[in-house]
Amino acid sequence: MYTLNEVLETIRMVQEENLDIRTITMGISLRDCTDSNYQKSCQKIYDKITSLAKDLVKTGEEIEREYGIPIINKRISVTPISLVAESSNADDYTPFAEAMDRAAKEVGVNFIGGFSALVQKGLTKGDRILIDSIPVALSTTERVCSSVNVASTHSGINMDAVYRMGQIVKECAQRTADKDGLACAKLVVFCNVPEDNPFMAGAFHGIGEPECVINVGVSGPGVVKNAVEKVNGSDFGTLAETVKKTAFKITRMGELVGRAAAKKLGVPFGIVDLSLAPTPAVGDSVAEVLEAMGLERCGTHGTTAALALLNDAVKKGGAMASSYVGGLSGAFIPLSEDAGMIRAAECGALTLEKLEAMTCVCSVGLDMIAIPGDTPAETIAAIIADEMAIGMINSKTTAVRIIPAPGKKVGDRVEFGGLLGYAPVIPVKEFSARAFVSRGGRIPAPINSLKN
Amino acid sequence: MLDKIIAEQPSNRIIVTVIGQDRVGIIASVSGVLAQNNVNILDISQTILQGFFAMVLVADMEKSTVDLGGLKEKLNQLGQGLGVKIDAQHEDAFRYMHRI
Repeated sequence: MYTLNEVLETIRMVQEENLDIRTITMGISLRDCTDSNYQKSCQKIYDKITSLAKDLVKTGEEIEREYGIPIINKRISVTPISLVAESSNADDYTPFAEAMDRAAKEVGVNFIGGFSALVQKGLTKGDRILIDSIPVALSTTERVCSSVNVASTHSGINMDAVYRMGQIVKECAQRTADKDGLACAKLVVFCNVPEDNPFMAGAFHGIGEPECVINVGVSGPGVVKNAVEKVNGSDFGTLAETVKKTAFKITRMGELVGRAAAKKLGVPFGIVDLSLAPTPAVGDSVAEVLEAMGLERCGTHGTTAALALLNDAVKKGGAMASSYVGGLSGAFIPLSEDAGMIRAAECGALTLEKLEAMTCVCSVGLDMIAIPGDTPAETIAAIIADEMAIGMINSKTTAVRIIPAPGKKVGDRVEFGGLLGYAPVIPVKEFSARAFVSRGGRIPAPINSLKN
Repeated sequence: MLDKIIAEQPSNRIIVTVIGQDRVGIIASVSGVLAQNNVNILDISQTILQGFFAMVLVADMEKSTVDLGGLKEKLNQLGQGLGVKIDAQHEDAFRYMHRI
């Protein structure tokens, strides 16, 4: 039987420390939804999503009740639309985004990911149309998320795509100027993108994935923070061990929920993504975990080392708890979604340069960062290029989700509400990178790509 | 791996937890509700933690006349009357977190 302490520990994790299953994401292959007539293709997409995911939300709620653990988001990811839409006669893929949006509304999920393209080595016709369609697609739909992979360790960095994405980000911001550039919050630029990531906005259903799959993302920064606080003053070995044990417990919960959801829905179970993903709620912050380790403010000297320890210990604990850990497992450091990060940025402890350094050891990258609205596309492209270079050289995933907030200056604030939170606008360098990013072509893959 | 465990040990067991201010009659009321719905109690442990009453009860729902959702609802109502927080969760939530 169970000891009283074990039972109470689980209850406390859920009720006081905000342990939750952050997302169950159903991945759906749309490869059989191609058609030369784009309207027919869109209809097939709508029909397939609504039939496979019709019970997703209901099943999630059932599991929440049975196990007493909240599941915050139920979401869908689909095959990158550039692959599905390419054989159609459409010269604008916005209708595909609209079909996804309608399907998402019909089944009741709050986001659907996969308005995506993989262009690390070059662009096909479909990739080009998709990228050109992003600003309109994201500003006219509500729930569609988009991602573009522009670099990888094996292919290098497609700088033409990087430059283009700098312009796309600007256009997305301008088209949603009345909402602080909300469309940018639904768009991620990736290096080494994982194909089984259940977290938005970067989720899509990779081409190596099965027909339909359930991936789960677990999160518990509050739980980790409390555990870290309990070993206050102890050495690093003890600290890492504590985080590891906590991560183990959190991941087990994710595995249980993922398996239960997959079984109820009659689809295979994919992966548990064990990530410390914050929310704007107090006590649910990655920055606060770092501060509990002994930093006065997240962003001060020592932050990168603290984050490296945290990220690694989380992965080690998770690897023992589930045989199928995947996605982006590790610590997320989105600025606007984390109360501690927001506070650190507002008091100047956390800057873009420090965030960039932290992305070398975290699981994703520059995430949900608001910069001045008059930042040129070339500068945004250069920020993307820097981040892609970190991912490429270090064989890790990196991403950029950045918001040039229309009409806003340093010190102003953007508000997105809900899980997306709010962020202070932080400064970027004023010196131009135009001549650099407009060279065109591809930055060659590094020598460590020659592993075969 | 976990699939196998689930298949081998089909579990209808739940864990009922009661946390709140101590008073006379909590255990009697909770076990009363379980008995009315034909839920068999397997194990009870109870203590006073920092002045708070804390009880963990393992029960078998095999022959229960209500489903877990219905039982939770009844326990929740009882808890409101007693001024304590009563939860019922499937056992697996605890089994997987604490047992390898």
